[in-house]
Amino acid sequence: MTSQDPTNPSPFDAEPRFDSVEELRTALRNVDYLSDEGIAGIVYLADRLGKPILVEGPAGTGKTQLAKSVAEVLGARLIRLQCYEGLDESKALYEWNYKKQLLRIQATKSDTEGQNWDEIEDDIFSDEFLLERPLLEAIRAIDPVVLLIDEVDRVEVETEALLLEILSDYQVSIPELGTITARQIPMVFLTSNNTRELSEALKRRCLYLHVDYPDMEREKEIVLTKVPGLTESLADQIARVVRSIRQLELKKSPSVSETIDWARTLVLLGVEQIDAETATGTVNILLKYQSDIQKVVKEFAAEQKSFSRGGILSPEA
Amino acid sequence: MAEASDLAGESLLELLAGFIVELRQAGLPVSLTENLDAMEAVQYIPLGDREAFKYALAATLVKNHSHWRAFETVFEVYFSLRGAEWSLDPDASDFVDPDEDQSQAPEGAGEGQQAQGGSGDSLTPEELAEMLYKSLMRGDQSMMRAMARQSVRRYAGMEPGRPVGGTYYLYRTMRNLNLEGMLERLMEQAQEDSPEPLTPLEERLERDEYENRIESFKKEIESEIRRRLVADRGVEAMAKTLRKPLPEDIDFMHASREEMVQLRKALQPLTRRLAIRLARKRKHGRKGALDFRNTVRHSLSYGGVPAEPKFKYPRPSKPEIFVIADISGSVAAFARFTLHLVYAISGQFSRVRSFVFIDGIDEVTRFFEGTDDILDAISRVNSEADVIWVDGHSDYGHAFEVFWERYGQDISSKTTVIILGDARNNYHASQNWVIKEIRNKARHVWWLNPEPKAYWDTGDSIVGEYATYCDGAFECRNLRQLERFVDNLV
Ligand SMILES: Nc1ncnc2c1ncn2[C@@H]1O[C@H](COP(=O)(O)OP(=O)(O)O)[C@@H](O)[C@H]1O
Ligand SMILES: [Mg+2]
Repeated sequence: MTSQDPTNPSPFDAEPRFDSVEELRTALRNVDYLSDEGIAGIVYLADRLGKPILVEGPAGTGKTQLAKSVAEVLGARLIRLQCYEGLDESKALYEWNYKKQLLRIQATKSDTEGQNWDEIEDDIFSDEFLLERPLLEAIRAIDPVVLLIDEVDRVEVETEALLLEILSDYQVSIPELGTITARQIPMVFLTSNNTRELSEALKRRCLYLHVDYPDMEREKEIVLTKVPGLTESLADQIARVVRSIRQLELKKSPSVSETIDWARTLVLLGVEQIDAETATGTVNILLKYQSDIQKVVKEFAAEQKSFSRGGILSPEA
Repeated sequence: MAEASDLAGESLLELLAGFIVELRQAGLPVSLTENLDAMEAVQYIPLGDREAFKYALAATLVKNHSHWRAFETVFEVYFSLRGAEWSLDPDASDFVDPDEDQSQAPEGAGEGQQAQGGSGDSLTPEELAEMLYKSLMRGDQSMMRAMARQSVRRYAGMEPGRPVGGTYYLYRTMRNLNLEGMLERLMEQAQEDSPEPLTPLEERLERDEYENRIESFKKEIESEIRRRLVADRGVEAMAKTLRKPLPEDIDFMHASREEMVQLRKALQPLTRRLAIRLARKRKHGRKGALDFRNTVRHSLSYGGVPAEPKFKYPRPSKPEIFVIADISGSVAAFARFTLHLVYAISGQFSRVRSFVFIDGIDEVTRFFEGTDDILDAISRVNSEADVIWVDGHSDYGHAFEVFWERYGQDISSKTTVIILGDARNNYHASQNWVIKEIRNKARHVWWLNPEPKAYWDTGDSIVGEYATYCDGAFECRNLRQLERFVDNLV
């Protein structure tokens, strides 16, 4: 494939943004985002394939932060569309600035009598009167951008249709202006907390990345990066305790952000060793529900029986 | 498109095409676009990086996290034998030597092994155990993998063509390894190494760590067994035996223990999803007719222009739900999941009352009220509800009669009654007049049956006798069907 007119390069010939998965991982680490091979690998692939990434997983596992951190790595502007129920085209895509249009119509009437309506119409449906919303803004950007469509599961299924054209062709059609095509393929992240199934049409257009709670090593690194004054040994204990808590059957497991909050608190309290008393005294930072708190307090105080939780050691489990 | 990289005589494209066929066989929906994406994606993956290969395929082909396990199983089977170039393991080539192994794995193998092959073959069982202990102690992954291979080679007693499943070999291997003893030894060592006695919390954390290592060792054993089975029986046959229903399709009545765990896992996000969706439905649901008066009133602030139309929101009163559930043996799991779902969305109803029965009936609402721990409430239902009248064999007729006597007067036109069970009544009298009476007073009566429709009214099932008096009777065998019913309930 050769590129044509250098002033108007096809977006599909863009240079890859990352040389290797390893390089990307390191770059993310340098902006304080701890990824793993899967996360970095899929971001890398998304760039190579020119496809959006749908990032799904429990709340507080770093989905939004991933988009922000990739933008930071690229030195790109982050354009964020925060989704909510009732989000519509005029907030996601574009809107005509009708106040300005009205003023223009009035002004034209008084200056030049009898200017024909077609001209006025052409005039008022031009760029000058267009209010860009995040999706259009991302498509028309000339500088490098990362588009984040955050919590897409919060819009109604029907509203997803608004996104489809952008996600597959990186273009939008505006009846009064025609089709606007991206000058570059931006990196696009969609996040979902999985409160509803997204449509097949949407999923087909994206690469899928499931972000789960990090493993112990990664969580330890995350708190070490995020919490000043934390010692290696305390970070290790924190990650272990959180892992143990996540293994219990709870209404809501602690998220990464809750782990970070807990670590901050422990540092503030000057804790060096987490004993049962400290753990039960501060566990309300990690857990939201009273019944979960009670369960954890009970578990942590209990003497360990030989085959405490059973299950994993029996051959057929 | 992809350059045909040669892999054991197969082009990458053919290999992928075959893989996608297997995925579809396992019930995973893969569209044409996704198929093409996968083929493009693997071009950017360094050949030989098996992990990268796996997530590249997953990212392009699997867009639903609950399908991950099914994907992984197919992946492991399909690619297990395809050349060392797909494996990162330096010693990967040592495993596919079924001929050599099977000859040296006599029935009841385990006492003293000999022979050439892997370097571990000359170890005594005691030495092997000691090495395993050390590798668990250190958490040394590659060492653990080598130990897993050695253990399977020695203890599983795998023979070609033998028609037994992987669990049998797993069981044999595990029995010889005594991992429980190993865990205790590791814990004792941890106690000894600590200057002060471990507190219960410390002990717990230590134990969790070792259990995790043992768990990952067990996974290595499983995957070794699977590779050997694939070598023996071929990819297609193995893929077929290992084919498992997706969590949403697991049959409540025949779920294995492992499937039950999967079901429980799947239930959590499902209830959350349902709760959020239903809450939204209620808030933003159906726009009503234009509320003219309200619109005009608001128009005053726009100088009389009716700029902001106002609508009447119909607010149907929240129904009250009565769940009446058979909790005997084979339908117990179904009752549990349904109660769980209904209570998870109980905010959508003015009240939920629940009754469980076998041949006697007991109201169990008290366990659920005043706690937000549904799981705990359900386990109390299991252990504390008073549901045995004579012999603990289902007697719908008697249970319904008692229900009517005790609680019949509480049913009103606001009540929706949901009855759960297979209506296998052990040839007792049906007493279906109770359902008729309930129907006369209640808003709706629904019956959910976890049996396939084809079995209804066969043998001692009399669901038809009850269904005539219900507003509807539905087959409800899996989470997919249950979710659909509950979704429509509100
Ligand atoms: N892998 C990670 N590396 C660094 N920080 C992380 C990571 N994962 C989560 N965090 C931190 O946790 C918090 C929550 O992350 P966020 O992206 O808002 O979660 P989500 O969007 O998944 O709900 C943020 O403060 C973020 O910095
Ligand atoms: Mg977020």
